[in-house]
Amino acid sequence: MNEKPEKLIDKKGIRSDGRKVDELRPLKLQVGVLSNADGSAYIEHGKNKILAAAFGPREVHPKHLMQPDRMVLKVRYHMAPFSVQERKSPAPSRREVELSKVIKEALEPALFLELYPRTGVDVYVEVLQADGGTRCAAITAAALAIADSGVPMRDLVVACAAGKVDDTVVLDLYDAEDKLGAADVPVAFMPNLNAVTLLQMDGILSTEEFEKAMNMAMEGCRKIYQMQKEALKTKYMVVKEAGEE
Amino acid sequence: MPTFFEKKQLVIPGDLLAEGDYLPGENTYMEAGKIFASRIGLADNENKKVNVVALRAFYVPKVGDIVIGTIVEVGFNGWTVDIKAPYTALLRASDVLSRPFKPQNDELSQVLTAGDLIVAKIASYDRAHDPQLTVGEPGLGKITRGQILKVTPTKIPRVIGRKGSMISMIKQETGCQIILGLNGVILVTGKSLPDEELAIEAIRKIEQESHTSGLTDRITQLLKERKGNKTEEQVNE
Repeated sequence: MNEKPEKLIDKKGIRSDGRKVDELRPLKLQVGVLSNADGSAYIEHGKNKILAAAFGPREVHPKHLMQPDRMVLKVRYHMAPFSVQERKSPAPSRREVELSKVIKEALEPALFLELYPRTGVDVYVEVLQADGGTRCAAITAAALAIADSGVPMRDLVVACAAGKVDDTVVLDLYDAEDKLGAADVPVAFMPNLNAVTLLQMDGILSTEEFEKAMNMAMEGCRKIYQMQKEALKTKYMVVKEAGEE
Repeated sequence: MPTFFEKKQLVIPGDLLAEGDYLPGENTYMEAGKIFASRIGLADNENKKVNVVALRAFYVPKVGDIVIGTIVEVGFNGWTVDIKAPYTALLRASDVLSRPFKPQNDELSQVLTAGDLIVAKIASYDRAHDPQLTVGEPGLGKITRGQILKVTPTKIPRVIGRKGSMISMIKQETGCQIILGLNGVILVTGKSLPDEELAIEAIRKIEQESHTSGLTDRITQLLKERKGNKTEEQVNE
């Protein structure tokens, strides 16, 4: 499996999965899917399938992580053993620990941490199926889960990646493009405050290419934000309309 | 000086609500002269103040609030109480015993033990300290009978109604005693089980339809109907 395709982008500018250069993968978002969590969300981003659950604010465990002047946000990003082709050990890998930290730092600016000192909010991100760009999809879902749990937020956080494949800057890389392409730039940002909370770059891009990728990713974020908004409102619209009958 | 929402519009965190000469109210915040929503809810403005009535929130302790909590642990000189808030509350032994507490004479677990439910008032609370409870007032203390139900804390004001109209109506119609914990826990004590269940049904209906108007009338109708059916059944028997 996974032989290198001849070309990742053909002459007409169509990518190996049939998308255009600036096209997102199909996206499905759902809020409030888990009844035992305070807030939850599910995202299908292309072949990615990710669940996010949020709890809190509640007491922090272990106790020494508690901060006397602010709330702590804990994020666990975890990939299920069956989420990739080769079985992944369920123990947290170096990559997962790093992604947990990165996602935490992407979400923190959206929370009013100073409002509830000595408490913690826990976010669990479970990747059920991975196909490239899981950190972005995870951030999008986690932001929805937190909003659904009733923790006050400055804004939702939405994430999307852009990168370079076959010397072309493209939006929203999937697994093969991520592995065989030249660069990957994940961006997370808060659309209403227009503030970037995550920016990484894996690979090498020229300044112009980077700028192009960045703008493309932001544009993608804005498109995803519309769907994110829709998903959140759908859950609460149902509640609202049920009462109005 | 515009506002960017219609009355009772559903808003989500980050939605721009108003600009300029407005004040941020509940579940909103202000940044660079603009007011944004910070929770999912229904936007509304009252004079110059923009509020969002949250559809999902948690209880934050406030001094003077009546709450219903569960004892989770018996300690050396008091109890720790779960009040469904981000912080666990403390209840001091001397407060319950209403006399100086001597560890050698009193066995705390005989007074209140883990799992007991109490109605209490928040005596003190601030950023740096966990809330402290008191039961030293009439109507407070251990719960011995009745049924407990839980609702989202944001819905409690709706259950109370304008100037207590809703709750007094339910009390009157069902003959139940109802204690509303502001932390979203409600105690219903009635003369009989059907009475209690009727009161619970009414409260559940309020919870589901909390944001609609004319709710008090519909609840009155529901209670009257149910009561009518019951008397008929009894006649038939």
